[in-house]
Amino acid sequence: MTFIHHQSAHCESGVMSSLLTNAGFAISEPMVFGLSSALAFAYLPIVKLNGMPLIAYRMPPKHIINTLNKRLGLAIQSQRFGSAEAGQQALDQALAKQQAVGLQTSVFWLPYFPSEMRFHFNAHNLLVYGKAQDNYLISDPVFEDVVQCDAAALTKARFARGALAPKGLMYTLGKTPAEPNWPQLIRQSIKATSRILDGLPLPWIGVRGILHLANKIAKLDPAAVKYNRLYLTHIVRMQEEIGTGGAGFRFMYASFLQEAADKLNEPLLHTAANDMTAIGDGWRGFASQLVQYCKARQTNTDFAPLAASLRTLAAQERQLMQQLAIWSKTRS
Amino acid sequence: MKLNEMPQHDSSSYGGHKKLLYVTTDDGRYTPGQSSGWDTEAFATNLAVQTLQQQAEQAYQQWQQGLLSPLPFLMYQARLDEAGLSQISGFWRWRIRRHFKPGRYRRLSVQILQRYSDALAVPLAQLQAYQQSA
Repeated sequence: MTFIHHQSAHCESGVMSSLLTNAGFAISEPMVFGLSSALAFAYLPIVKLNGMPLIAYRMPPKHIINTLNKRLGLAIQSQRFGSAEAGQQALDQALAKQQAVGLQTSVFWLPYFPSEMRFHFNAHNLLVYGKAQDNYLISDPVFEDVVQCDAAALTKARFARGALAPKGLMYTLGKTPAEPNWPQLIRQSIKATSRILDGLPLPWIGVRGILHLANKIAKLDPAAVKYNRLYLTHIVRMQEEIGTGGAGFRFMYASFLQEAADKLNEPLLHTAANDMTAIGDGWRGFASQLVQYCKARQTNTDFAPLAASLRTLAAQERQLMQQLAIWSKTRS
Repeated sequence: MKLNEMPQHDSSSYGGHKKLLYVTTDDGRYTPGQSSGWDTEAFATNLAVQTLQQQAEQAYQQWQQGLLSPLPFLMYQARLDEAGLSQISGFWRWRIRRHFKPGRYRRLSVQILQRYSDALAVPLAQLQAYQQSA
């Protein structure tokens, strides 16, 4: 099988972009991300990561695959397995049919990951495009080049236990989409994003979630210096390192808006892309501000400026989402 | 973020790799760009790694002093906390905490050690050897 590898910012959008592009339907990663309405914000105190609340800047794992499957009509075949043997057998059979296969895996057990990046995260996505002796040929979207992984390690990664356990999940493309109705599809997906970010009556999701986080920061106990440093840098890690994408995925979404603007020849979307870029820069500025605060250590106990930055970002996102919501209801 | 302003700070957590980011050219057009790291992100990552290392060191000392079994040390080394180890091993947290006691640990069966071996990526023989010395 000839397979062309593309590096991506994020694993799930990257896998879908790569899978479709290799099947003859060229689609960029930002387009995948935008069309599946994956941009979000969520502050989930119940889900703990090393004792810290989960802060997500995108929709939960599998959302991109499932939504894109529905919107583009990809007829994706996905399977989970009761045993590791059955999982490996099914993978080998799919490869024998010259199919590229998407897998959900843990990061921790993949030997080609540098040890610094290996942590227990079970919702990583990668593509297998072939097998040479006992090694699987892998196109891992977040890597610069293709990699290889021995069968035992890959099986371990596919059947890792714990939160979001993949249970061997593998998926293949059922059909390549015909030329979709872009004006309708783009409106539909932008409308959904505007609802997620600014239309749900839940205090932890979307713009309200950002404001909730701002309140949490404002109420930090100045005496708990060590906890505060961990908490504030945790926000930075969730935004930049974990899930990647950079600037909490705002740049990727801006890139999608720009591509959509070109496709539909729509000046309003160009403006929206520029606004979203500014918001992404704002998130990066916020991350720098948090780290500056932590570096300054003992002297500074005023959290108000940090919360204020976040409230500004929330206001900007709300305004942009309101504009996009109105636009998405116009006739195509 | 502009392409020419993209940080290239060679973060150690990238392990020599580069991450892809979406950045803009001078005329505001988006393009993929590769970054070798960002100091701001590296500071946050290093703080988290340091915290884990401190916990691991402390657990190692307590193991050596006979106050704890080797499991807490191995747990932090695998970048896990009690909740994470519980999810991966399938043991309840209260059971894990009991296994943290050296006396309990010495009496653990092969089956239980095997589950820890799978969860922590430590060979079974090594865990058994620790039973003798723990």
